[in-house]
Amino acid sequence: MSRILGIMMVTFFGALLILSTVDFSPWSDPAQPAAVHVSPRYIERTIEETGIPNVVTSVLADYRGYDTLFETSVIFTAGVVVILLLRREKKW
Amino acid sequence: MVKDPDDIIVRTVARFMIPIIQLFSLYVYVHGHISPGGGFQGGCILAASFILISLAFNIGEAKKILSGRKNLLFIGLGVFIYAFTGLVPLFVQGNFLDYQHLSQFLPLDPVMARYYGVALVELGVQITVMAVMISLFQDLVTAGRHESILKDRENGIDR
Amino acid sequence: MISAANILLLILAIITAIAAISVKDLLGAVALLGAFSFFMCLLWAEMGAVDVAFTEAAVGAGVSMAFFVATLYHIARRSRD
Repeated sequence: MSRILGIMMVTFFGALLILSTVDFSPWSDPAQPAAVHVSPRYIERTIEETGIPNVVTSVLADYRGYDTLFETSVIFTAGVVVILLLRREKKW
Repeated sequence: MVKDPDDIIVRTVARFMIPIIQLFSLYVYVHGHISPGGGFQGGCILAASFILISLAFNIGEAKKILSGRKNLLFIGLGVFIYAFTGLVPLFVQGNFLDYQHLSQFLPLDPVMARYYGVALVELGVQITVMAVMISLFQDLVTAGRHESILKDRENGIDR
Repeated sequence: MISAANILLLILAIITAIAAISVKDLLGAVALLGAFSFFMCLLWAEMGAVDVAFTEAAVGAGVSMAFFVATLYHIARRSRD
């Protein structure tokens, strides 16, 4: 019973997801919503503002510095939690 | 891993590969400004070289190079480097993580200060990722008891 | 524009993903998951997202496979379901 219910749920939500892809903009369309807001400004001015040729690095570490800082602290937290949960030593 | 794999081919290939892997990881970090790469990937590759040491020899061999205490220090040091680099501009009335104000402390113009600020930040990411990956692997492979397993090996008890 | 290479890589990724969850031997499942990560990496590189592909190759197909094998060292090798 729960198996049939599960298959029905998966089919329903899968069909919903596939239905929503119809509204996507075409592949590598320069006018798609993700590419018109701040991306052109980053691409045009990253050399004169930061001097970094690789736009991905300049966005990741400079324009979106908070994001990477807390991404690093998430990794730090993961390491500390694994040490707290798994390590069974009196002396390290 | 915990026991010594007594395989001369694995050991020879590992001894040959480990310096190349570490050199490649430094290349990925340093060249991350120009080509794809950066701190996260470089840290993962550097951790992979230590994991290869643990696999081809044993964990004690890897801990001779980077002991557990030093590794614990490195976990915090990376985040500290990142946060401190962001904190320095606050002393000269800049914003948090606004690297162009580093030019007042270093002999650089503001654009190059941002360039080297990004390099510093990526160094912090690389150190943290490397140390966390190594500590994760060592805790997973020995279930968190590497010291007592190593001590047992010295006393002749084999697990 | 989706090329033929893209379709081939997508089909291989789907095959390895389904095989990874249906195989009984857990070490085989880990190997298939690594293959899936690598096909995703190739797919991203083919789409032009080289940074994402690099991260996937270093983390997904590299370090996390070592973690899975390290965990398998402590548990039973065959899955019961």
